[in-house]
Amino acid sequence: MTAIACDRVSIGVGGRTILSDVSFAIAPGEFVGVLGANGSGKTTLMRAILGVAPTSGGAIRVFGEPVRRGNPAIGYAPQGRSPVLHGRISGWDFVASVANGHRWGLPWRGPAERADVERALHLVGAAELARRAIADMSGGERQRLLIAQALVGSPRLLLLDEPLISLDPRHQQAVIDMVRDIGRTLRLTVLFSAHEINPLLGALDRVLYLGGTHAAIGSVDEVISGPVLSRLYDAEIEVIRLHGRIFVMSAGHDLEHDAHRHDAHGHDAHAHDAHAHDAP
Amino acid sequence: MFDYDFMVNAFAAGGIVALVAGAVGFFLVLRGQTFAGHALSHVGFAGATGAVLIGLPPLAGLVGFTLLAGIGIGLIGDRISSRDVVIGMVLSLSLGFGLLFLHFYTSYASQATAVLFGNVLAVGRPTLWTLGALGALCLGGLAAISRPLIFASLQPELAEAKGVSLKVVAVLFLAIVAIAVAESAQIVGVLLVFTLMVGPSAAAQRLTTRLSVGVALSVLLALVDAWGGLTLAFYTDWPTSFWITALSGLVYFATALMATSPIRPARP
Repeated sequence: MTAIACDRVSIGVGGRTILSDVSFAIAPGEFVGVLGANGSGKTTLMRAILGVAPTSGGAIRVFGEPVRRGNPAIGYAPQGRSPVLHGRISGWDFVASVANGHRWGLPWRGPAERADVERALHLVGAAELARRAIADMSGGERQRLLIAQALVGSPRLLLLDEPLISLDPRHQQAVIDMVRDIGRTLRLTVLFSAHEINPLLGALDRVLYLGGTHAAIGSVDEVISGPVLSRLYDAEIEVIRLHGRIFVMSAGHDLEHDAHRHDAHGHDAHAHDAHAHDAP
Repeated sequence: MFDYDFMVNAFAAGGIVALVAGAVGFFLVLRGQTFAGHALSHVGFAGATGAVLIGLPPLAGLVGFTLLAGIGIGLIGDRISSRDVVIGMVLSLSLGFGLLFLHFYTSYASQATAVLFGNVLAVGRPTLWTLGALGALCLGGLAAISRPLIFASLQPELAEAKGVSLKVVAVLFLAIVAIAVAESAQIVGVLLVFTLMVGPSAAAQRLTTRLSVGVALSVLLALVDAWGGLTLAFYTDWPTSFWITALSGLVYFATALMATSPIRPARP
């Protein structure tokens, strides 16, 4: 059985085609990096797998079943935009809110729910964050809580949307190592979206690269190559490997690096030229 | 003080309303929807004055109008970028209509003051029963939706994925807020609803990081504000609503100062 099977899937958002005729299959237990520029459909694909974003064609199956909203087999960490990330809410309450959070009634947490929350906090090494306010936490600590939220309810598939965003390299590596370890220990299938391939190189089983409404899946060497990416983007793409790092260039621009800078800091297009020369 | 019937009624009414405003207000602050709460109270002004004009009790008009507006704001949703402008326009439009209704209602001065600034000392037994019934409805409704409400407030995208209807939760919550606003307006008036619904809740959220403790603290502070205000008004003969706003402001700014003082553990 496949964990995720996309069969000729098309998705449009607001009249714009995000993905067209995309097919791929992901096996249980795989750690798949979802790469692609801003607006390439990384978030939309995850929302479609969750049953929140409707598909306009094709079919997605999760563990053999058609997608449906509220599938308990899926855990999800949306891009860190919770409205209370700067609020004075304890880590415990933030994570516990997920436990059967869809049911009506008072939020009394029974022993099973409390154990579930403890387990999720423990898995991400955030037991000591339970009593602290989210507003007082660092970006890396908040990210751990978001992943703990995704782990509540013992899902078999984790969808993590840009968990590395606005983290420094040291914390990025810590999050990647943690997710990979949790995935291996619990035999979870993980979809991990990111702007840049380099931090993920040692952890990934395969890469799902989205671009130009199409997708390519395979090992890093298979997918991150000039011919494959040129076909995806329908433009001349060059892939340069240097000291164990990978640079994806289009007409002299470092595509991934640009996308990252652009999103994280709101730099304008004029700032791009310099980044192509960024050596590791 | 409790030898007087009107003081007993006022304490009972203040207690009911503080309970409701403290609990509902906590979630209003948590969700960052205090402006919607503020707007609802102004919509209530048109409702109350309109009701008086056609010979109905002001509370009926208050509840009817705020409820409609609350459901309306919930249906707009928070994804519309101009939402605050829409709410603000409805707010001023309502005040305009309220003014028009007062214009047609000849003996308006005292009525207007009561609607705008509250008149808790004039609460009679029948109104008390109405406040009690509406309060029970409010708290019952809040209890019924609190679990998905907390989930949707803390992590809406995940809640949606897990099967929570954000729209249903938002509409139900704002309907509850509407009733709570109408109740609060009965005590402190439409202009000062913030003082009971937002002051104690915002102070509570500065004092604790636990949701359950926060709700309890918010209710407690609202009770202190309401009953403290009534007591001070009785002995000074100054307006009750003034004392309630004074206490609410005092507590809020005291907690704000505490929160910014160096005693608070620094961010690691």
